[in-house]
Amino acid sequence: MTTAVSQLDLYMMAPAFILVATSIILLLFGAFQKGKKGLPYICLLGILLSFIVSVMLWNSRGYAFSKMIAVDNYSLFFHFIFLIATGLSVLISTDYLRVRGIESGEYYALLLLTVFGMILMASGLNLIIIFLGLEILSLSLYILTGFDRGEIRSIESSMKYFLLGAFATGFLLYGIALVYGASGSLRLDEIARFIKNNGMSHPLMFFMGTGLLIVGFGFKIASVPFHVWTPDVYEGAPTPVTAFMSIGAKAAGFAAFVRILMFAFGTEVHWVPLLWVLSALTMTLGNVVAISQTNIKRMLAYSAIAHTGYLLIGMVAKSSLGLHGILFYLLAYTFMNIGAFTVVIFLGKNGEENLNLEDYCGLGSKKPLLAGAMAIFMFSLSGIPPTAGFMGKFYLFSAAIKEGYIWLAVLGVMNSLISVYYYLRIVVLMYMKESVKEIGQPSLYLNLICALLITSFVTLYLGLFPSFSLSLIQQVFMVL
Amino acid sequence: MLFLPLIGAAILLLINREKKGLIQWVCFAFTLSDFFLSLFLFIFFDATTHEMQFVEKIPWIKGFGISYHLGIDGISLFLVLLTTFLSVLAVLSSFKAINEKVKEYMVFMLLLETGMLGVFMALDLFLFFIFWEAMLIPMYFLIGVFGGQRKVYAAVKFIIYTMAGSTLMLIAIVFLYYFHLNTTGEATFDLMKLYQISIPLKYQIWLFLAFALSFSIKVPLFPFHTWLPDAHVEAPTAGSVILAGVLLKMGIYGFLRFCLPLFPVASMKFAPLFAILGIIGIIYGALVAMMQEDIKSLVAYSSVSHLGFVILGVFTFNLQGLQGGVIQMINHGISTGALFLVVGMLYERRHTRMIKDFGGISKQMPLFAVCFMIVSLSSLALPGLNGFVGEFLILVGAFKAKKLYAVFAALGVILSAIYLLWMYQRVMFGELKNPENKGLKDLSAREVVVLVPLLVMIFVIGIYPHPFLSRMEVSIAHLLSQVNKVERVAVIDHNANKRYDNLLKRMEK
Repeated sequence: MTTAVSQLDLYMMAPAFILVATSIILLLFGAFQKGKKGLPYICLLGILLSFIVSVMLWNSRGYAFSKMIAVDNYSLFFHFIFLIATGLSVLISTDYLRVRGIESGEYYALLLLTVFGMILMASGLNLIIIFLGLEILSLSLYILTGFDRGEIRSIESSMKYFLLGAFATGFLLYGIALVYGASGSLRLDEIARFIKNNGMSHPLMFFMGTGLLIVGFGFKIASVPFHVWTPDVYEGAPTPVTAFMSIGAKAAGFAAFVRILMFAFGTEVHWVPLLWVLSALTMTLGNVVAISQTNIKRMLAYSAIAHTGYLLIGMVAKSSLGLHGILFYLLAYTFMNIGAFTVVIFLGKNGEENLNLEDYCGLGSKKPLLAGAMAIFMFSLSGIPPTAGFMGKFYLFSAAIKEGYIWLAVLGVMNSLISVYYYLRIVVLMYMKESVKEIGQPSLYLNLICALLITSFVTLYLGLFPSFSLSLIQQVFMVL
Repeated sequence: MLFLPLIGAAILLLINREKKGLIQWVCFAFTLSDFFLSLFLFIFFDATTHEMQFVEKIPWIKGFGISYHLGIDGISLFLVLLTTFLSVLAVLSSFKAINEKVKEYMVFMLLLETGMLGVFMALDLFLFFIFWEAMLIPMYFLIGVFGGQRKVYAAVKFIIYTMAGSTLMLIAIVFLYYFHLNTTGEATFDLMKLYQISIPLKYQIWLFLAFALSFSIKVPLFPFHTWLPDAHVEAPTAGSVILAGVLLKMGIYGFLRFCLPLFPVASMKFAPLFAILGIIGIIYGALVAMMQEDIKSLVAYSSVSHLGFVILGVFTFNLQGLQGGVIQMINHGISTGALFLVVGMLYERRHTRMIKDFGGISKQMPLFAVCFMIVSLSSLALPGLNGFVGEFLILVGAFKAKKLYAVFAALGVILSAIYLLWMYQRVMFGELKNPENKGLKDLSAREVVVLVPLLVMIFVIGIYPHPFLSRMEVSIAHLLSQVNKVERVAVIDHNANKRYDNLLKRMEK
């Protein structure tokens, strides 16, 4: 084992390091330059560079830093998700920040640092690395949540997020410690080997350890019963941040969660029934409570909880198909959810306006394109073909059926039925109700329109021609 | 042909929304040319084989063995024709009724047409499901945006009900897929291949129920019918025509294409239940229709009654019953479609559909009265008109299957005569009491153009049904053989098992 950092390590970690470097550049620019115009573009450039390097690394399957970090297709696929989500978030942030008057270099820098944390989580092969990634991610997100300093609710939600998040981190750390105590290692492959050779030598410690890990990650991915922070934080945080964390934090949480449970504890299945229950509870509660929401951000928060439930189905199924499902669903969810939030930002032209569902009345005739895009996202979120959401659900549910969890799949489709009701309510309001309130003409937000076009196009594309992304996902698991 | 309306919709999107006339005519041109294309299918259709014809097959999602696989046989041929035929008329009939958001309306119409055609042509279960679900979206908008007063309620009820059925079907489809994968090692959603496997009875029952629930809601079979009157009453005229004429047929078509051939044993087992539900539907629908004060909801309930007939015909499992069922589907599409059009024409003039608001109109609108009369008579199955052929065949089939079925079903025929004629009498004859009815104009040229093709079809099928029956006969016979063959195999299996058991017992002794 060498302590020196080799060139190979640097190359393997290049996507992450590019992001860190960009974020430092952004900080400097933000501090010394008056005009803030160029910042988002520097940020986007960094993301693009990192994306290109990730594409170049595809299929390379290497390790960095004495096998602490794996750069395999699995983590690279998550790189793609994170980078796409961040890129879109930057696009939708610029105008929002300008209008709210909180544009600054720190915002973009923090965004990129968050992604750095996410990448560590997705590629960590060591519990400590994963924990570090989670901490970087969480700390940046706490700040981003409270970024709108003038808005009391933003600060409040940041505080809530921080307090509850700190607890969750504590649980996670306890879990890691217990697992270490039981298996004698922090490395995922060694834990797996230990379990394979020795079985459950300390069942109680193992059980507690995995339980606590599930609590910690359950918090990050907003699974019931660790979800209580979600609606408040989603509602209070600046909308672009909400969009970002609804994808990023969740995808990163799943990336690490899946890796730990499937690869380290893959041969032990005592956690499967637990996840079954979590999945059932999460989607049911998310969907049922979402029905009664009147604020669009809260509604999307509960819908995010419900989608966590669907994703957990893929983990319960615990087969390669289930993992395919999770990856595809996360990809699809990235586009449709950010798309939905883009529409929310579009309407809330001075930042946090027009957040009530009633404000969507009559949008169909006033802004047909905006309403059309929103309708696509709503159909996709509720899983109606031919959209990405349908394909994703199809994979997840078919994985469950294949592995014999038919009742979970039945529960899943019942839940999507419930979700149809509240998603389509927005469509109803947009197209079938007269408007009650005049929504002034928003000035032309070029970046927002870009984001809207990309997301709605991809949502349809993934629904109609999923073959390409599927073959990518298959490559992920061929190498693994 | 499938995507012609879709192209049309895309072109419509490009046209300026102010040019209403242009939009209407472009839309009409697309539906009309699609209809002519489907006529080619009818002419070149080979009636001597039960194989799928005009097959197209392109792999779509390879990882799952999903392909874009289309084709038609003697059953779907007519449904395709019916779809294109009614789409033309529906578009034509809404020239005047729809004044606002013409562009959206026409786009949704064309999208709907693509969806419906896709459902009838798809030979890949996954593809079928996509069309089946995707088609809900335009219909949902047609009801919800262009409907009557309670449109939102009706649209949401419509979509929730139908989605509720189809979600379970999705699970069943996926289950079937894995069953096929595990037994044969081939991953495919191809219907033709799925036909080949025989499924153990235990699974068949569940799968059948999952599929049947979805189709029953769509038909709608008796206990699942409550969404229909709401949707019909609130939908715009053309929407009702399509809904009654085509959408409801998808349920029946689903039974014919999927439930019976895929799960023959289970279908046999459940046949009495469905036949009885069908009969209940016939009588219940007729009785409720009799009590309606709104003409449109009367027609809606008469649909429940008529589709009960179709279900009864399908579940008699003999040639006459099935043939009657299929032809009755077509008839119902034509007659009920025409009824909705006629009611819509009245509504456009008076903006009411209450029976009590009318009376004595026949003097004002003689031409209209004649059309209305023929349509009503065809709907109540007067010999010589189309309805008679279907209902007669179904009754023959039912009589063969179980005499009691036919007795009760015949009751429905009488009831339908009562409610339709009674309604006709109250609307058209008697004193012209309501002064508002005095100035009513008779049919305009466009309206005549809309109605005449339907009337022609009513007579053609009624007097000379041979070209229709002959084209579907082979396919239906094949369907029957699929059902019966498997049943025989099952019986043989069963006997073999019994013999084996007996043998074992004897050996033990």
